Amino acid sequence: MEQLLNYIGENMEMIYFLILAILLGVEVISNVPAILHTPLMSGANAVHGVVVVGAIIVMLHASPDNYPSLIVGFLAVVMGTLNVVGGFVVTDRMLEMFKKKPKKS
Amino acid sequence: MTLNILEIAYLIASLTFVIGLKMLSHPESARKGNLIAAVGMLIAVIATITIYQPFDNSKTLNYGLIALGLVVGTIIGTMMAKKVKMTAMPQMVSFFNGMGGACAALIAVIEYQNHNTSASLGFDGEFLVMLLGLIIGSVSFSGSLIAYGKLEGKIKDFVLPMNQVVNMLMLATILGLTVYQMLGNDSTPLFYGLLAISLIYGVLFVMPIGGADMPVVISLLNSFTGVAAAFGGFLYSNKAMLTGGILVGSAGTILTILMCKAMNRSLTNVLLGAFGGNASGGPKGEAGDQTVREISITDTAVLLSYSQQVVIVPGYGLAVAQAQHICHELEKLLEEKGVTVNYAIHPVAGRMPGHMNVLLAEADVPYERLQEMEEINPKLASTDVVVVIGANDVVNPAAKNDSSSPIYGMPILEVDQAKNVIILKRGMSAGYAGIENELFFYPKTRMLFGDAKDSLQKLTSEVKEV
Repeated sequence: MEQLLNYIGENMEMIYFLILAILLGVEVISNVPAILHTPLMSGANAVHGVVVVGAIIVMLHASPDNYPSLIVGFLAVVMGTLNVVGGFVVTDRMLEMFKKKPKKS
Repeated sequence: MTLNILEIAYLIASLTFVIGLKMLSHPESARKGNLIAAVGMLIAVIATITIYQPFDNSKTLNYGLIALGLVVGTIIGTMMAKKVKMTAMPQMVSFFNGMGGACAALIAVIEYQNHNTSASLGFDGEFLVMLLGLIIGSVSFSGSLIAYGKLEGKIKDFVLPMNQVVNMLMLATILGLTVYQMLGNDSTPLFYGLLAISLIYGVLFVMPIGGADMPVVISLLNSFTGVAAAFGGFLYSNKAMLTGGILVGSAGTILTILMCKAMNRSLTNVLLGAFGGNASGGPKGEAGDQTVREISITDTAVLLSYSQQVVIVPGYGLAVAQAQHICHELEKLLEEKGVTVNYAIHPVAGRMPGHMNVLLAEADVPYERLQEMEEINPKLASTDVVVVIGANDVVNPAAKNDSSSPIYGMPILEVDQAKNVIILKRGMSAGYAGIENELFFYPKTRMLFGDAKDSLQKLTSEVKEV
């Protein structure tokens, strides 16, 4: 119990952050027109690709002769990058189509 | 000093995520928002590589592998994203989402190796965060891949006997194992057992959910991955990961709820499967002795040309047939003849909310012609002809009249209010939800059988001659 409280105490800053970020996420997303749901979902999908930063940190921590860690970490970096790059490119492709419209009509 | 620069870089990245998402929710700024978030991501990645640790000569292999991983991921990701057809967008998003989930789970696996379970008694917060990242990441990974496979048509619907009971048991096992490990009974086999069960749970979780509900599931899994990424952020006290992950976690949840609302169903109802429950039931038999009336291309062309108000209801069938361009051509032609043409977009038309708008935008259909359900429904009574192209469930009156129907309560486009309804359809098969549509048998309904693109092409040339 004491350790639980300690853990919370040590990470108070992060917990504040967490709560504010949750509220911010709700606030930012509400009032989105339905037409933008798909691009928005896709964009959000790309943003959580930030997990790749974690994969990079893991790789930086790993000792150079710890091959299992290096291999798994490498896979993590590849997959995280797929998430980021694929996500942003797909979103951009979708939005590119919306773009042309107002000028033409 | 340098560490402060790293923190500032993360601050900038976090800001770009918030601003990017905000801008993504307005049509004019959406594209810029996406770019801004992408730039923020780039800053976070570069800062991590260059500043996180002072350069260490003995770790050239690590740096090499990181660089290689980034390059490989970028090339594959760009290629996939550029090549994918607009119709296959939902499964693409699902696939990328699964990759993110896998990344989060793999991080947990490696950290577990490095983690020394010195705190044998008492609470080990780091370990809990790690376990949660592992569980959520792997559920998201396997679930997303199943969703991908189902939408691609590579995986058939498959329901275990007592699937829901099995799922509940598995969930209980996952929770139990987590608590058990947290209580100091940590061992490597248990950790990998947890990984395996989480992966299987992801599969069984998505498996029984019907195709029509897939967007909701993808959105939910999207927010799962966000949460998994946030746990990673917690583990490293990394604020960029935390903001990015949590933002997506909460935004994804809201989006999921919005989608459920569009179908007038609760999330539990979707997940525990109203469709899943009676998926094998198939179409209801009562329609057997009723007849449908067909209409010829020429008659349709004449009818359309002499109408005042025409409303097109596009569905997934239109997308599958790649008929959005020819559809736009028909619309332009009719407009030249003085017919007012609008598109009625149901919130869940296509396979994802907004999916149909993307497809029609691709075909250069003017933005303001796309009308949402609330907007168009009151106008339908004064509409001369409604043309339903490859849509079914979203115009099914059973959602209003038949309380035993699985889609009962879902708001629909009330096309039965219009004077005439023409339905372009390949055959008499039921819609995605697997239920019969009584609209087809109404006296004012005419069926135009055939491939949507083919029919529309013929229709366009006929209209030209009227």
